[in-house]
Amino acid sequence: MSDHSHGHGHDDHIHPAPASFLTKYVFSIDHKVIGIQFLISGLIMFWVGGLLALAVRWQLAWPWKPIPIVSGIWAEYGYRLPPEVYNKLFTMHATVMIFFVIVPLLTGAFGNFLIPLMIGARDMAFPKLNMYSYWFMWPAIILMSYSFFAPGGSAEAGWTSYPTLASFTWSTTGSFNGQTLWLASLLFAGVSSLMGSINYITTIIMLRAPGMKMFRLPMTVWAMLITAILQAFALPVLTAALIMQLLDRFIGTNFFAPANWMVANSGNVVGGGQVLLYQHLFWFYSHPAVYIMILPAMGMVSDIISTFSRKPLFGYKPMVFSVSAIAGLGFIVWGHHMFQSGMNPALGATFMLSTMMIALPSAIKTFNWLGTMWGGRIQFTTPMLFAIGFVAMFVIGGLSGIFMAATPVDMHIHDTYYIVGHIHYVLFGGSTFGILAGIYYWFPKMFGRMMDDRLGKIHFLLTFIFFNGTFFLMHIVGMHGHPRRIADPTVYEFLRGSGVVGMNQFMTINAILLGFAQLIVVYNFIYSLFFGPKAPANPWNSNTLEWACPSPPPYYNFLKIPTVYRMAYEYSADAVAPVDYWPQDQPASGESVASSH
Amino acid sequence: MKIDRFWTFVFALGAIFATGCFLYAPLNDDWWLIPNVSSVGKEIDHLFMIILAITGVVFVGTQIVLCYVLWKFIDQPGRKAQYVHGQMKLEVIWTIIPASILVFLALYQMGTWAKIKFRSSLPKVQPVAEVTGRQFQWVFRYAGEDRRLHTDDDVFTVNDFHFVQDEPTVIHLKSADVLHSFFLPSLRIKQDAVPGLTIPVWFDSSSAGKFELVCAELCGWGHYKMRGNVTVHQSQQEFEEWLKKTKAEQDRDQIALAKAANGG
Repeated sequence: MSDHSHGHGHDDHIHPAPASFLTKYVFSIDHKVIGIQFLISGLIMFWVGGLLALAVRWQLAWPWKPIPIVSGIWAEYGYRLPPEVYNKLFTMHATVMIFFVIVPLLTGAFGNFLIPLMIGARDMAFPKLNMYSYWFMWPAIILMSYSFFAPGGSAEAGWTSYPTLASFTWSTTGSFNGQTLWLASLLFAGVSSLMGSINYITTIIMLRAPGMKMFRLPMTVWAMLITAILQAFALPVLTAALIMQLLDRFIGTNFFAPANWMVANSGNVVGGGQVLLYQHLFWFYSHPAVYIMILPAMGMVSDIISTFSRKPLFGYKPMVFSVSAIAGLGFIVWGHHMFQSGMNPALGATFMLSTMMIALPSAIKTFNWLGTMWGGRIQFTTPMLFAIGFVAMFVIGGLSGIFMAATPVDMHIHDTYYIVGHIHYVLFGGSTFGILAGIYYWFPKMFGRMMDDRLGKIHFLLTFIFFNGTFFLMHIVGMHGHPRRIADPTVYEFLRGSGVVGMNQFMTINAILLGFAQLIVVYNFIYSLFFGPKAPANPWNSNTLEWACPSPPPYYNFLKIPTVYRMAYEYSADAVAPVDYWPQDQPASGESVASSH
Repeated sequence: MKIDRFWTFVFALGAIFATGCFLYAPLNDDWWLIPNVSSVGKEIDHLFMIILAITGVVFVGTQIVLCYVLWKFIDQPGRKAQYVHGQMKLEVIWTIIPASILVFLALYQMGTWAKIKFRSSLPKVQPVAEVTGRQFQWVFRYAGEDRRLHTDDDVFTVNDFHFVQDEPTVIHLKSADVLHSFFLPSLRIKQDAVPGLTIPVWFDSSSAGKFELVCAELCGWGHYKMRGNVTVHQSQQEFEEWLKKTKAEQDRDQIALAKAANGG
């Protein structure tokens, strides 16, 4: 390493590494360990959420036929899945996937691990807060898991938990205890996210290495910053909504019960609130949350595509502005979830306009990804395949969104499987492909070993095929009119035809195979963790700062805080030819790059 | 790197599968939009087709570019990647064109939306029925001979909805407990039933016959079977006859009930 720190005086701040197992691996304040903790717990919850989804799919394909392995639980009902349990399954599938898998994986795992490394910092601004952020997830996970065993079982009002189904204990079994636990659990998860986001914002603003101007930040960091801002501004509103629902349930505040309302003909007149108020508050958080679940993946994919195209990211600044535009517009589109809710239809018209406009930054990003690959030297590594898969599938998720942005068309497809197809193209084809790309890409940095590329490619191939097999036909059954969240579609004549039944079965078979295909990455992950070939510091010949320190990075990352000389995407620059990358911390000409890496 | 050419085919296959599904869908009644019978449904289907055409072209276009890029710019010995950071002109083009298409789409939808949901476009007719969603049934309260709701001659049915062909029909939608959603897939009509609100909904049907009413908003364990029958009568007269018959049954049942209650 050449001496290029120019005496920026951070070097004397290195604290000794923790010595005991407990402070090193459990209650760690090292952002890398916390990131990996989020990664492992997120991946475990991914299996929980995935298995719940398989049970849902089984019931849709073969209604009331005993679900393999678990149907013994319902032996006294002839091994048939009780319909309220079906409602619990999809409620908990979505809750787990959103709050315990995708958000913690993207912001918790990758945000924690990458932000300090990529900006050239030794840790987060508030390492202790960072540790609390992880450990606040656990009460959330425990409460949510316990709710399955509480009297009445887990929540079953959907991941949206609309009152009055959710807020009145008599309305369904899951609203008895499960809903209370659901609300409490999400309060913990929210506090965890909030602590994380405050930390990310502060770290990115305050702790950048010398020379790391805002417009030299990698897209991953930009995306994490915007995501953190979204979270910090939107979460308080969700928190308020959750607490108001708790108050409605326990002390009769009636925020979400209409005035002079006679509860289920009981003669008990309550009320004074408004049912739709909850939906406004919920979506004021949860629409930005959709972007919280995709922006970090967009950032990571941008970096991966640039690296493996050996070409600068096309339109870096337009990309940054698009991400920021998504964040801004993201706050004024929540009403598009409520077009058919009874909200003033004139309001629906304005939300349609803003919703159409939010498709624009996503389109710009897609064109820029294609522009990045155009004229590049594309290397088909496993992370690159998942990143390309992200682009290909996100296009479908983006375009299908335009249908429901159009209020009249939404009238037909709202609350049908069309929406379910759309959300899975965004959250699986988008976010999850991005997460998998990130795992394959940064695994060497996280654990100091390489994952098996051939197994990775087989995993990608099967995932890509079965993913499309599972989710694409949802658009078709949805536009035919197939409602979501129904335990037995064959109740309806128009869903009894061989075409619809056949599609439901086809999707389920693909979903099961999709689940099996994920065993490959589990094996690859665990095997590589112990037996993978040792990773060099910079296995992908990448430019960003995390590759400047050894794999895995030592405690406190950088012995000397690096100085940043250029932006993150100087690939194939003439100045350093024949070397095709030019790390951000390399001061001089091509020769010194070649000699030091 | 010959084997890497394979990936172009994989991504192409994904795009072909998606496109193929939508090309095949109109040929199979189970795959396509359920046949429409309403006047607003005609407009909605038209808007659907316009969006499908535009998104279809964009989808096929981007996937072709993607596959071309993957094929053409694959890593090969001796070839150097371009050192380009972007191009302002391209950025402007691919911002303005999609922006205008999106604004056009939004404005183009407004008329239909206003026609279906704005209170001002509600047909000036007496509501045919008050519809109350409850766990887990649709209760219909029809105006009796006096054509007015909430009078002594109101007629009640459960999960059985009747109205007349070609007549603009208005219902008043309510909920007794939790959210429900009044969904007539064949008419492209959907409106949530909200506790505390009475929401007028209007629609018409160009053909008589039997259709299905779906509850589209999760309302509890029995949500999946909260299904209603819909009968569209050919004429007002046929509807009146049905109403009279139902009223007679209702009167007889109530008299029988009253007798039973009095030990008779």
